[in-house]
Amino acid sequence: MLDDFFNSIKSRIDYDNKSKPVKGKKNRKMAIPPDLLFKCPRCQELTFMDEFEKNQKVCIECNYHSRLSSKERINMIIDEGTFIEYDEYLSSKNPLNFPDYDKKIEQAKLTSSENDAVKTGEGEIFSKLSVIIIMESNFMMGSMGSVVGEKISRAFENAIEKKLSVVLFSASGGARMQEGIISLMQMAKTSAAVSKHNDAGLLYISVMTDPTTGGVTASFASLGDIIIAEPKILIGFAGRRVIEGTIKQKLPDDFQTAEFMLEHGFVDMIVDRVNMKNTLYNILDLHDFSEDTDEGKLNNE
Amino acid sequence: MNDLSSWAKINIIREKDRPTIKDYIHLMFDMYYEFHGDRYFGDDLAITGGIAKLDGMPVTIISNVKGKNIEENKQSNFGMAHPEGYRKALRLAKQAEKFKRPIICFIDTPGAFCGVEAEQRGQGEAIARNIMSFFNLKTPIISVVLGEGGSGGALALGVCDRLAMLENTVYSVISPRGCATILWKDPSKEKKAADIMKITAEDLISFKIADNIIKESFGGAHKDPEKTACNLKEYLNKTISELLEKDIETLLINRYNKFRKIGEFFEDKSSL
Ligand SMILES: [Zn+2]
Repeated sequence: MLDDFFNSIKSRIDYDNKSKPVKGKKNRKMAIPPDLLFKCPRCQELTFMDEFEKNQKVCIECNYHSRLSSKERINMIIDEGTFIEYDEYLSSKNPLNFPDYDKKIEQAKLTSSENDAVKTGEGEIFSKLSVIIIMESNFMMGSMGSVVGEKISRAFENAIEKKLSVVLFSASGGARMQEGIISLMQMAKTSAAVSKHNDAGLLYISVMTDPTTGGVTASFASLGDIIIAEPKILIGFAGRRVIEGTIKQKLPDDFQTAEFMLEHGFVDMIVDRVNMKNTLYNILDLHDFSEDTDEGKLNNE
Repeated sequence: MNDLSSWAKINIIREKDRPTIKDYIHLMFDMYYEFHGDRYFGDDLAITGGIAKLDGMPVTIISNVKGKNIEENKQSNFGMAHPEGYRKALRLAKQAEKFKRPIICFIDTPGAFCGVEAEQRGQGEAIARNIMSFFNLKTPIISVVLGEGGSGGALALGVCDRLAMLENTVYSVISPRGCATILWKDPSKEKKAADIMKITAEDLISFKIADNIIKESFGGAHKDPEKTACNLKEYLNKTISELLEKDIETLLINRYNKFRKIGEFFEDKSSL
């Protein structure tokens, strides 16, 4: 599972390096430092970073929705000042004594400013209080080990206790190899928590973002009551390279995209980032049977 | 317990005449009716399932299928299932629940199949659905690793009340070969990777993931399949009667907690 993931990442990097001449209106002379430019991994177009950021990090040419940090996502989705984080200090051990894992974690903490690959908590989406789970692809490619499994399970359990909906943004390369079989078991642990939340009659919206692959696709990300995907992102179980190795031929570009998954029946809808908060609000509102609604107030009187 | 290295064990389970589910069915069960198909798409021969009698008691069997030669392996795709295989497994598991039969899952797979059609038909969704649904099945579930348990494809038959492993088996998130490729870009270092990964039955007992180890015949199950089957059958009889004594609600709570407590972490307030 993890080798799949690494291969898919590698294929993207190779893809990135296949430099294509810049064309059309964006043909600017190359004295620009690369960190001022965004190069789209889908269409290869170059855009100025400030334009790209103004466009919520969506490729202006092809609408590829690139990766966001969990903090950026919170700013985009959650009403200002309403996010209360759960378990922010939970941190991985090295249960297998896996070589260099401690170092890798330290490094990831520095680069991502997070303690592990998921942020959980509760917050309001246009005043609708929900449990929010956002995976952090900057932390070891959002791989799922003990901390990710535990935080997600606790978040669903909190949602059951408080009778809240869960909105989860997945972004992961799959299981975390360095935690071996313990990482595999997090698929079971999180799916069990989803199941309990489901049995309690509560709403779970799974939003797939780039990339949703491996063990996360094969557990909680695929188990939402409603599954939303951002456009053009990667969604799949096995890595592209692994499959290409098996079938000995190149796969089409649209293989394992959000659009591919929609066509094959595994995604309910594709939603642009600019409409995401509104869409989530409308769906949450449609499922809101809490007592502070007008109807609830009437019944209580 | 035996003190063979992970690599020595892997070599034992790779013996070409290591017994597979087809041998064990004949050796352990009084009868077996195999049922086919997922009722949506087709029948996947990488997974077999159906009803059987274990010393007179009706049970449902669900198992990965490995072959012993190229012909058999072509048929069973080397034990690597497609989505319809996992969906067949779930259909039969729900049937077992309806008729209050205990479920015995046998795990023997390198992992779920990686291919275009598997993706088109939702390999991820199929595995996820099994994992979630098995937590709710109101009947005892025992999973036994017969050879190798590979990743999500194994876990799709691995949510259970008791997990047992035959003495020389392994269960892992990635193959030693895959791990060596990532770590050292050299798949031939799989032996070294196998030791690092902690994948043997003893390792899984120490992580409190596996509950029991079942003895194989001396030198490995292939040396004396009948002896191994006899140990396996004894274990199944004993464990099923233990599980049947519990009321269903307790069973489901215990099943949840069995997986809920897996994981190692601490509160680190220093780092951020
Ligand atoms: Zn683009």
